[in-house]
Amino acid sequence: MEIIMTIINGLSIGGTYAMIALGYTMVYGIAKMLNFAHGDIIMVGGYTIVLFFPISPIIGVIASVIFCVTVGIVVEKSAYKPLRGASPLAVLITAIGVSKLLQSSAQIFLGSEPRGITFNFGNIQIGSVSISVLTLITILCSVAVMVALTLFVKYTKTGRAMIAVSEDRGAAQLMGINVNFIIMITFIIGSALAAIAGVFLVFKVQDVGTTFGAMPGIKAFAAAVIGGIGSIPGAMVGGLVLGFIEAICGMVPALSPYTDAIEFAILIIVLLVKPTGFLGKKRREKV
Amino acid sequence: MALLEVKNLDVHYGVIQAIKNISFEVNEGEIVTLIGANGAGKTTTMQSIMGLIHPSHGEIYYNGQKINGIPSHKIVKLGMTQVPEGRRIFSELTVYENLLMGAYTRNDKDGIEKDFKDIYALFPRLEERKNQIAGTLSGGEQQMLAMGRAIMSKPKLLMLDEPSMGLSPLLVDQVFEIIKHFHEIGTTILLVEQNANKSLAISDRAYVLENGKIVLTGTGKELLASEEIKKAYLGG
Ligand SMILES: Nc1ncnc2c1ncn2[C@@H]1O[C@H](COP(=O)(O)OP(=O)(O)O)[C@@H](O)[C@H]1O
Ligand SMILES: [Mg+2]
Repeated sequence: MEIIMTIINGLSIGGTYAMIALGYTMVYGIAKMLNFAHGDIIMVGGYTIVLFFPISPIIGVIASVIFCVTVGIVVEKSAYKPLRGASPLAVLITAIGVSKLLQSSAQIFLGSEPRGITFNFGNIQIGSVSISVLTLITILCSVAVMVALTLFVKYTKTGRAMIAVSEDRGAAQLMGINVNFIIMITFIIGSALAAIAGVFLVFKVQDVGTTFGAMPGIKAFAAAVIGGIGSIPGAMVGGLVLGFIEAICGMVPALSPYTDAIEFAILIIVLLVKPTGFLGKKRREKV
Repeated sequence: MALLEVKNLDVHYGVIQAIKNISFEVNEGEIVTLIGANGAGKTTTMQSIMGLIHPSHGEIYYNGQKINGIPSHKIVKLGMTQVPEGRRIFSELTVYENLLMGAYTRNDKDGIEKDFKDIYALFPRLEERKNQIAGTLSGGEQQMLAMGRAIMSKPKLLMLDEPSMGLSPLLVDQVFEIIKHFHEIGTTILLVEQNANKSLAISDRAYVLENGKIVLTGTGKELLASEEIKKAYLGG
């Protein structure tokens, strides 16, 4: 039974990390930047569901996605786009600034007291195992998201253009691909996934503060690096790896205080053994 | 009116001036070659025309319309594209998907279908390997793919940057045959080559680039016969 519970928890935590990691990895692969503010989009999504939940849960989820996507677009257009072609350090500093800006804005508008919702999804009994419905929804939703994204990238014109831009921006432009448009689509997808992850995290921890996105953001970033930053399947694998480590640590009382340390130790080991991550590739940069 | 006209172009990389006040033109239906040694500025010129590099001075006209300053993807929509130096195929996509990327700006499904047939007829190897990941192709096959991908956009003006680079003599001949074929089906060609012999032989006109300057121009025949060219580029 323990094993089944661990697998289910691993899938649910891993699925959440994977959804966030996809945003990091796609933006890194396509826009060639580390979007430090990605974790704060989770926070934006978290607050949105808290504020709209009393109206209706469904409206809350939709509002989260819409609001996060809007913030993502505004940030991309106003902060990152003007820096296209600037030094990576300038872009990184800007992203850190955006992260602080989002956190401070949340504090100004919503105060520094954490906001919360409590909602009990209940449990369902499968054989002798009792599983929380929230966990099951999280698993189903993240699997659906990953399948949909994989199909989108493989089978749509825009999805293939994303691969082309991430591999060779100059050659992609020679195909007539509007790189700015593809980067915008990437931010939209990444922000929408962060919103969904934020919603699940809020239901799980039930409290949202201004740094709500920081820890899951860092973990998901580690997941993206473990899987091979820039690689979409890599982000999924990396997310699941961290999810399972967390689930296993949660089951073993002796390990559970060290969960975070173990996760980051794994990150360091992976980087030492395979610096490009599980599925990452060495890339050549070209005009 | 020239199809492509480059006027008084200067290009800098930081403080280094790679292109020094060059002017040339390509008329509709021509094959024009820029020849020059390594580092002469050929690739810089080609990338400036496509808007991938921004010139510091000068103008570029396509069909009478000024195109410098226009984003690259819009320049492609106007009807020109480039087979870049070093092929630069999308190694993670399949052969078929690479060709499909070439047709990115097009919406005519039937036309695209037909052009796939034409390309597979021209390059049977690509059809055999259409579902293979392009990064696994040989160098020669990758060059064929890069040429096929470019022609999928149905350009009026096709530019090729050293398409014969690094290929065996047999494949070099094949590349020049394909360029001639593209020309016969109505594509205007601007070719960049170090292989002066073969490129001058198929060119209507050519320009010789040295250290960022055009030092000589003439018809392909004239340049093939020129003593200077023989000494500098034809190994005699
Ligand atoms: N990205 C770059 N940064 C700085 N200098 C460059 C860059 N690309 C090319 N150059 C320089 O510009 C000159 C022309 O290069 P290029 O256009 O690549 O020549 P070619 O294609 O004829 O071999 C060379 O001196 C080269 O060193
Ligand atoms: Mg060159």
